[in-house]
Amino acid sequence: MIVAERKSLEEILIMLKPYKKVLLLGCNECVTVCAAGGEREVGVLASEIRLARAKEGEEIEIREQTLERQCDHEYIDQVRPFVGEYEVILSMACGAGVQYVAEKYRAKPVLPAVNTTFLGVTLEQGVWSERCQGCGECVLHLTGGICPIARCAKSLLNGPCGGSSNGKCEVDKELDCGWQLIIDRLKELNQLDRYEENIPVKDWTSARDGGPRKRVREDLKL
Amino acid sequence: MRLSYPTNVKIVKVPCTGRVDILLMLKAFESGVDGVYLAGCLEGECHFLRGNLRAKKRVEYAKTLLDEVGLGSGRLEMYNMSSAQGQRFAEVAREMTEKIRALGPSPVKKKIKGGG
Repeated sequence: MIVAERKSLEEILIMLKPYKKVLLLGCNECVTVCAAGGEREVGVLASEIRLARAKEGEEIEIREQTLERQCDHEYIDQVRPFVGEYEVILSMACGAGVQYVAEKYRAKPVLPAVNTTFLGVTLEQGVWSERCQGCGECVLHLTGGICPIARCAKSLLNGPCGGSSNGKCEVDKELDCGWQLIIDRLKELNQLDRYEENIPVKDWTSARDGGPRKRVREDLKL
Repeated sequence: MRLSYPTNVKIVKVPCTGRVDILLMLKAFESGVDGVYLAGCLEGECHFLRGNLRAKKRVEYAKTLLDEVGLGSGRLEMYNMSSAQGQRFAEVAREMTEKIRALGPSPVKKKIKGGG
């Protein structure tokens, strides 16, 4: 899932300063699961904003709405009947959702309420961890199912580096060395011979280095 | 026991403090109350095993939100007491009332009453 983290109330209040009628949009997908921008977080943020504004003696009207997704236009269209009643849209979706809402309602300022942080997994209730950087050319079959791009601080394709100590990374004592994880897993899989093979230089044009990416499935197009 | 406690304390009954969501606490402040406290069962004595411990964590989190909002975390507290401790209940009600009285009325109260 895409993991996000809510921005501080202070930052959100500064963004909202000129506005008195706000449409607060949550998203039912990733940001709900990582407790950053789902229906519940929409309720809490709306309440916080109202309290902060009331404290300053300023009025604000907030409509709380949580869409199934903000990355598909049919759901974004659901607010079209009343979006005109609001001065601004505050979106709690990931960066993709915020941008797509902004694309659909071009005359309306759309503000982000969360910081989109990474593609990751739920380690336990309330704890999320990065697993993928969307590099566009997966090498997990070579590395025991552990990603050297996302899990190694240096994204080394042939690690570990000299900063690996007792299975931990030099950038953080709590952080597992990605390459130690890979070696341990290859051992478990009886595939340690894979470690002997050098992984060639990666073609980063499939990642962000090739500019914004687009994928098309002609058979699915209407 | 016929114990008395301050009349300003209004009780909202819930089956377990584990039911008390962060939003419920914030809504109480939005409605204009000066302070909120949760009276949960003693730690380790929850009928639902961890309800009061969950509530404790939520209160801690909600306190950070109240600080962010500018109301101050001191207006929200969590207490633990057994249902057999009527004396303690009255004592906590007085303690919290005094604490909130010292903090003064909620800064959002005036605005809400004024029709904002």
